[in-house]
Amino acid sequence: MPSFIISRLLSTLTVILGVITLIFLLIHLVPGDPVQAMLGETATPTDLEALRQALGLNQPLFTQWWQYMTHLLQGDLGTSLYSQEPIIDIMIERFPATLELAIAGLLVAILIALPLGSIAALRKDTIYDNSAMVFSLLGVSIPNFWLGPLLILLFSLTLGWFPVSGRENFLSLILPALTLGTALSAILARMIRSTLLEVLNEDYIRTARAKGLRESAIVIHHALRNASLPIITILGLQLGTLLGGAVITEIIFAWPGIGQLTIESIQRRDYPLVQACILLISVSYVLINTLTDVLYAWLDPRVRYSV
Amino acid sequence: MFKYQILIPSSILILWLILAILGPWFPLEPNHIILPNILQPPSLSEWLGYDDLGRPVLDRLMMGARTSFFVAFGVITVSLTVGTLIGTISGWFGGYIDLIIVRIMDVFLAFPGILLAIALSGILGPGIENVVFALSVVGWVGFARITRAQTLSLKHREHVLAARALGASIPRILRYHIIPLLMAPLLIEATFGIAGIVIAEAGLSFLGLGVQPPAASWGSMIRDGTGYMLVAPHIVLAPGLTLLLVVLSVNMLGDKLRDKLDVKSQ
Repeated sequence: MPSFIISRLLSTLTVILGVITLIFLLIHLVPGDPVQAMLGETATPTDLEALRQALGLNQPLFTQWWQYMTHLLQGDLGTSLYSQEPIIDIMIERFPATLELAIAGLLVAILIALPLGSIAALRKDTIYDNSAMVFSLLGVSIPNFWLGPLLILLFSLTLGWFPVSGRENFLSLILPALTLGTALSAILARMIRSTLLEVLNEDYIRTARAKGLRESAIVIHHALRNASLPIITILGLQLGTLLGGAVITEIIFAWPGIGQLTIESIQRRDYPLVQACILLISVSYVLINTLTDVLYAWLDPRVRYSV
Repeated sequence: MFKYQILIPSSILILWLILAILGPWFPLEPNHIILPNILQPPSLSEWLGYDDLGRPVLDRLMMGARTSFFVAFGVITVSLTVGTLIGTISGWFGGYIDLIIVRIMDVFLAFPGILLAIALSGILGPGIENVVFALSVVGWVGFARITRAQTLSLKHREHVLAARALGASIPRILRYHIIPLLMAPLLIEATFGIAGIVIAEAGLSFLGLGVQPPAASWGSMIRDGTGYMLVAPHIVLAPGLTLLLVVLSVNMLGDKLRDKLDVKSQ
């Protein structure tokens, strides 16, 4: 196990190094002069030069990269061009909202997918199975930037049950979580169905039946438990995807997280802040994936010996 | 039942294709503003009503079909070509080349969903070419991963060994003995890829990072309509439903294709 963890951590480290480098290069993709783009047409040459100095853009590329890395290691993400605050403070302020939304989305997905996938597998080729699969197909196909407004139209504007936007209390979390979790619930329901169908054919299920166990005990203790491994993997991978999908959901519901911050800083041409937002989300994504791998290996010894 | 599951989605996609290609020859007026008709609901004379600026929604919807179609096929063409090339090279040569390429692929896979596309198009600025570029940068990895894995197993097959023994050059082996066998998994990846790209293009346009006004995209139509949902829900419903139908059709055909070609999903 320790050697498995070490090898996983090493490859994670190289991936993170690559991610940071790629994000570092983003600012060099700005068409024309990035400093001019950030300050606008009215900037004086002195202002331009000052910002160029501050961002280190007048130095060789490798020196810039080296500075970027050393600053990152010291927890220095730079300053926002718009608010002049240290970026790290803005991140700390905004990240909990995104995390809260992603976890709520994950919970919604599990709450929908677990019963749906299980019923579909247990009642295979019946109307229940078919409707669950139609839901799943709709769920992966519906864009969240359309689902969100539809939910607002129905539950906020017409019925008045939930607030239209913002992050005030528990109620304001419901619609964003539903919007974010629907696509995942559809993927997950399919996954649970197919895994469960495989498990239900195993010998130990037949043994459990022969022992005369109740059907609910068979499903919960024998089938779902064995089906849980691939499901955990998918959940881990998808939690990261939720962080990415949160960008659009946060915009729809004016949710004050990293996603909304990303789009705001793109509009304000606050590129150091854009870089930091992308960095935070993708590094969290990589770390969550690594954690899932390790968890999986811990739960299933077969995995760590095969590597 | 089975027939309809192929017939209906295919018809929807063919309609999409016709609208996209023949769009400029239809008498459309997507940017014609008629002020008295602002927010007018659907009627017999104008089937889908008018938007917040008094432009006909149906005409804009048809122009939006063109946008999403060209982005989808542009991105698929670029990422399929680049991904297949890189994937076969990586799988065939192995060693350090493979190691480096796999690491690079890992880095690209480390960005969740369309986040990298959002960052790229945000930095490059709006415009259809930048959308195609941003989504291709994200899209090639999927194809490269599949091609690499398949090439790794295919290169030890007897027919490849026979071709090598006969002295065939490497490009020739890749072109005639490896890539044709990759077609089934690549076709399936491309089909589901189209669904993802159509949603991603609309998503970028929804965020204001896609095509620039007055050009129409289903995503920017949804965004423009959200402010008027209570008084004029048709502005949001029409492009959203169209988008859903197209993506649903592509996904349905993808499922059928996967069953037919019997490729294990990953």
